[in-house]
Formats: sequence, C-alpha cells, structure tokens
Amino acid sequence: MERKKDNPIVSLVSRTVSPFIMLFALYVIFHGHYSPGGGFQGGTMLAAAFILIRLSLGMETSQLQFKSSWATPLGSAGVLIYFGTGLVALLFGGNFLDYGFIPFTGTVAENRSIGILCIEIGVAIAVMAIMVSIYDDLLKGSPDD
Amino acid sequence: MIDFFLGHYGYWFAILLMCLGLYGTIMKKNLIKKLIGMTIFQTSIIIFFVASSSKWGATVPILDEKIGVANTAKYINPLPHTLMLTAIVVGVATMGVALALVITTYLRYKTLDESVLLKRMKKDNDN
Amino acid sequence: MKIVNYLIMIIFSALMIYASLSLPDRGDAYAVLNKEKSLAQTQNAASYYIHNAKKDAETENMVTVILADYRGYDTLGEETVILTAGLICFLLLRIEKNKNGKKKR
Repeated sequence: MERKKDNPIVSLVSRTVSPFIMLFALYVIFHGHYSPGGGFQGGTMLAAAFILIRLSLGMETSQLQFKSSWATPLGSAGVLIYFGTGLVALLFGGNFLDYGFIPFTGTVAENRSIGILCIEIGVAIAVMAIMVSIYDDLLKGSPDD
Repeated sequence: MIDFFLGHYGYWFAILLMCLGLYGTIMKKNLIKKLIGMTIFQTSIIIFFVASSSKWGATVPILDEKIGVANTAKYINPLPHTLMLTAIVVGVATMGVALALVITTYLRYKTLDESVLLKRMKKDNDN
Repeated sequence: MKIVNYLIMIIFSALMIYASLSLPDRGDAYAVLNKEKSLAQTQNAASYYIHNAKKDAETENMVTVILADYRGYDTLGEETVILTAGLICFLLLRIEKNKNGKKKR
C-alpha cells in the first residue's frame, strides 16, 4: 500500500497518548482486586496502546517498540504463567489451581489473593500478545500490502 | 400489563438485535456482511446475559463495607458478568480467525460473493 | 430458497418472543436466578459467591474472585482458546517470500 506522508499531528498525538493508555491499562490490571478491572480488560487496553502506534506510525517504526516475532512466545508465556501457578499449587499438596496452598504469606485467604494476582498477570500478557499478533497477521495477509 | 412490559422490554431489544444478526447471517450474500451479522448476534447474547443479571436498587458486585454481604439483593448477580467478560475477549479472538479465513478465501478465489464463490469452488473441484 | 430463509427468520423470532414471555422481570431481585436457595433447596451459586468472596480470597471484587478462583479452570480453557485463535491466524496468513522477493502462499 502506498502510504501518504505521515501527518505530524497524528503521529505526535498518538505518541503522546499511548504511554498514558499503557499506564491506565497497568492500573486496571493491578487494581482489579478493588475496582472493576482485571487481566482481560487490562490486556486488551495494553494491546490497544500498541495497535494505536501501529496504526499511526506504520509497521516499520512500531517494530522498534514491539516486534511482531515476540507476540507468539509472549502469548505462550502468559498461558504458561497461568498453568504454572496451578501446577505450583499441585506441588504444595493442594488441588490444581488451588492457590490457598502456595505459601506466599500467612493466611489461606491472602495466599489466594496473591495467586489471583499472578494469574491475572498471565492472562493480561497472553491477551495483549495475541491481540497484537492477530492485528499483525491480518495486516500481513492483506492482498495489497 | 404495564408492569409486564416494563419488566420485559430489555429482553425484547436483545431479541431484536438477535434477529438483525440472524438476518445478516442468512440473507446477505457477501461474506463480510455475514461476519458482521454474526458479530451482532454475539453481542446481542452478551447484552441479554447482562440484562438478566440486573437488580433494581443494587450496586456493582464489589464489596462495600457500608453495605455488607448479609443481603444479596444489594449486589447485582456477578456470575453472568464473569461469563460474558471472557466471552467478549474470546469473541474478538474468534472474529480474528474468521477474518483470516475470509482473507485467505479472497486471495484464492478473488471474490467474496457467496454464489460466485460456490461456482468457482465447483469449477476448482472439477479440474 | 429465499422463502425458506424468511420462514426460518419468522419462526426464530416467534420462538424467541414466546420464550421471553416466561422469563422473570428484569431487575427482580427475588427471581429464581438471584434467590438465596435454588428450586432444589440447595445454595444458589450467585448468592454463595456474594457471601463468601471476601472471606475466601481477601478480595473485594467478586467478579475477579469468580473468574480466577472459583472458576479458574474455565478461565484456563478460555485463555487456551485465545492462544489457539492467535496461532490459527499466524498459520493461515503467514507469507513465505521467495529469493526474488515474490510472495508465495
């Protein structure tokens, strides 16, 4: 596709806004215990920040920020974090995905809270990577590229 | 009668959207339009679940120390929200798969119209 | 063929409206879905979650607790679905380039 000359206003605004979207996404992920939010929502917003840069600055420039080849390993890593948390609970004598048995802190309830945080991070990484990867693949497969 | 209407019009809007999605899915010939219809259908189901979980005078399912947990009528039903939360993200991912299939179909047969596509596929099979 | 499609649509919408007539009112806090006990006199899932989320997991947001703790196995499956969808897109649309730069599928 023939790109028009980059519009300076679009590139400046998107570059300015993108870090704030990322910051808010991290807030949504890590504050998901006390307010609406969590891994799925925060991961999608992180992906939105990356896709904004991809839309406005083009594929070549945005590779400096997040390479397309990182997406699939990161997605697998997210699923592995989730699965590994469940497996650690199994190793400490509980059932699969029973975080109360992982000795993070004192009580069972707090262990569960920190276990939930771990798997939220895993979900967020996986969702973010897969969304960016789907966008990249759809762009790569378009016929007039 | 009026109470019945006020209690059910939310469901009827979801059903209207559902019929709109079904119309797009089975009547339109273009594959992209079919896909848009499918997405509208999916969204209508999400709206239906969220509408069915509401309670008048209740608040979001986040524990408030002032309200406490003794009376469950003070919090809306958290279960449909959880199910739909994952359904939205999975819906986006599966829509990506559907778009990828449409792109590969277009690159191979150079058309998205259903009747033309069927003709070309038949010709392709005969050869 | 067109008439069959119209017939399917009319039957579908009629069935849906008929089914919606016997649903409980929207926003009714004492519908079967929201009651303390289910029809079989056991504890209802939603009321159990509301009562015990804070006690079990020290987390205020009940949706997070259900998503990650009570129904964690379900979420693991959903995440695997997302990963699989991403891999399918990757496999369908991957383009190999020849030596002279021409795209090959």
